[in-house]
Amino acid sequence: MSALQTDVGDIERLPEKDRERLALTGLEVGMQNRCGSFFQIDQNVIQTTCGAEGIEMIPIKAALEKYDWVKDYYWNAVPKDKDKYTEYLAKQENPQGLVVIAHEGVKVEMPLQACLFLRDEPVQHVHNLFIAREGSEINIISGCASSWQKEHGAHIGVTEIYVGKGAKVTSTMIHNWNPGISVFPRSATVVEEGGTFLSNYVCMQPVRKVDMYPTARLIGRNAVARFSSIVVATPGSTLDLGSRAILGAEHTSAELITRAITTGGTIISRGHILGEKDETRGHIECKGLILKDGIVHAIPEIEGTLTGTELSHEAAVGKIARHEIEYLMARGLSEEEATATIIRGFLDVKISGLPAVLQEQIDAAIDKAESGF
Amino acid sequence: MLDISDLHVEVDGTEKLHDINLHIGQGETHILMGPNGSGKSTLLKAIMGFGGYTITSGSIVFKGTDITRMPIHERAHLGIGMMFQHPPAISGLKLGKLLTATSHLGSDAIEALAQTVNMERFLARDTNVGFSGGEIKRSEVLQLKVQQPDFLMLDEPESGVDLENMGLMGKEIANLLEKDVHIVNRRKSGLIITHTGYILDYLEADQGHVLIDGRIRCHGNPREILRVVKEKGYGECLRCKQM
Repeated sequence: MSALQTDVGDIERLPEKDRERLALTGLEVGMQNRCGSFFQIDQNVIQTTCGAEGIEMIPIKAALEKYDWVKDYYWNAVPKDKDKYTEYLAKQENPQGLVVIAHEGVKVEMPLQACLFLRDEPVQHVHNLFIAREGSEINIISGCASSWQKEHGAHIGVTEIYVGKGAKVTSTMIHNWNPGISVFPRSATVVEEGGTFLSNYVCMQPVRKVDMYPTARLIGRNAVARFSSIVVATPGSTLDLGSRAILGAEHTSAELITRAITTGGTIISRGHILGEKDETRGHIECKGLILKDGIVHAIPEIEGTLTGTELSHEAAVGKIARHEIEYLMARGLSEEEATATIIRGFLDVKISGLPAVLQEQIDAAIDKAESGF
Repeated sequence: MLDISDLHVEVDGTEKLHDINLHIGQGETHILMGPNGSGKSTLLKAIMGFGGYTITSGSIVFKGTDITRMPIHERAHLGIGMMFQHPPAISGLKLGKLLTATSHLGSDAIEALAQTVNMERFLARDTNVGFSGGEIKRSEVLQLKVQQPDFLMLDEPESGVDLENMGLMGKEIANLLEKDVHIVNRRKSGLIITHTGYILDYLEADQGHVLIDGRIRCHGNPREILRVVKEKGYGECLRCKQM
């Protein structure tokens, strides 16, 4: 198997409905706004291409063969025995997934796309490594979707992200599953001195279950992590989501932001920041909107172990305030228009430092979901 | 333009407005005064059609259409607009987005209108979130300039506004009410709640009404009413002969 394949024919041969679903997770077949692309259907990597100098996108097996040092990053941030899902993945003789390497000092604003598509197999397993070496900057859109006719299945993915000294990684994951699919991402990030990690997660379409609790360990001074999640739980969906930041070096900071809407499903929004070094700061913000009876359960945890850490959280769960709707109605919007406008605002988490194309992708996912409210 | 007849309004099962009769003609501006808790804001909200303000009897007719049971936004479409005293802060909803969503104006036109009330820097901010008293009023005036209602209800336009802002507000409100247009050609009407009467420094009002305990006790010349209330308090209105 060659490391570089550029046959997109398989993608173009997908039915229109599937291509639409993939487009909503950020996949651009034509790659107008992408500098690299990885596409995996079930266990088959059908595209790996990268046009950006200094950036490599390689299927994981090939990467482990190509560079001896890649194995130092393999099962390092995420332990093999973390739980039964990581154990299942560790047992795979034929690991699939993507390795992105941004070499020292290489900065590319145009995103790379990684698309994981569940179509025929009962289980898709993926192991990704994103390695941003010192001073590099990359943006990655991971779009995960299932075929429109896929009724049942599971996606198990380990993603290990390494943000080197002064590097910056923006990782945007957009999910578009089906009501019978269960998803178990297991991610962890290590951020070195002066590094920045921005993680964005969007899931607004039905899914049976998403279960994840990504962790960022800030191990160097002035490292920064921010997790932003925008999620909608439709009836029958259970989203058990969390994010954790460990402020393991001085002058590190983290922010965990969640906007959660239920239209009848269940959302458990966990968050944990551990401040264990001086001059550290962390904040958790979870806002939940209950549009139809369902569950939004916010569990923010802040844990400090010394005087030099400053941690806070705010959480609010409720319905749209009536007087806000009526305020907009007094300006001429119908009740439905007013409600949609307020929801749109609620979900509008502008993430500083996020490239416009990523923001557009998030906005498109919101627009698509909004028509269903 | 507005005809309110024998109106009774309940809030939380208690009648707050009793037998209100009010006629506001085209081009006229009326002032509504009264002690705190007398029902002034309740009357404005009932005219706008807010939930929780139940009309148990009587009618509101606007431009010849009975709007007593009409939804809020249809009243807005007919030409009723309101400046809120305490508008909600809506996090995430940018003021600019709100103005685009509620009008057909393009961003250039909105930007130009915002400049007239020094609000251009606020278009990218969440509506009313962290706005000062003066900024809230300017935001309200801007929204009304975009909406251009024919009948304008102002709930205490002076409250929380400093002198400099008051000048700007007064001028803009006078413009919204077409005070520069001769009464014969003026199409805009208004109903203004005021405690201080400062707004009268910027625009002429045609009539004043005093609301006490949910009843209109007195009609008359607004400046005369203001003078009497300043000198003798609202008690004097109860003895007023002009009913």
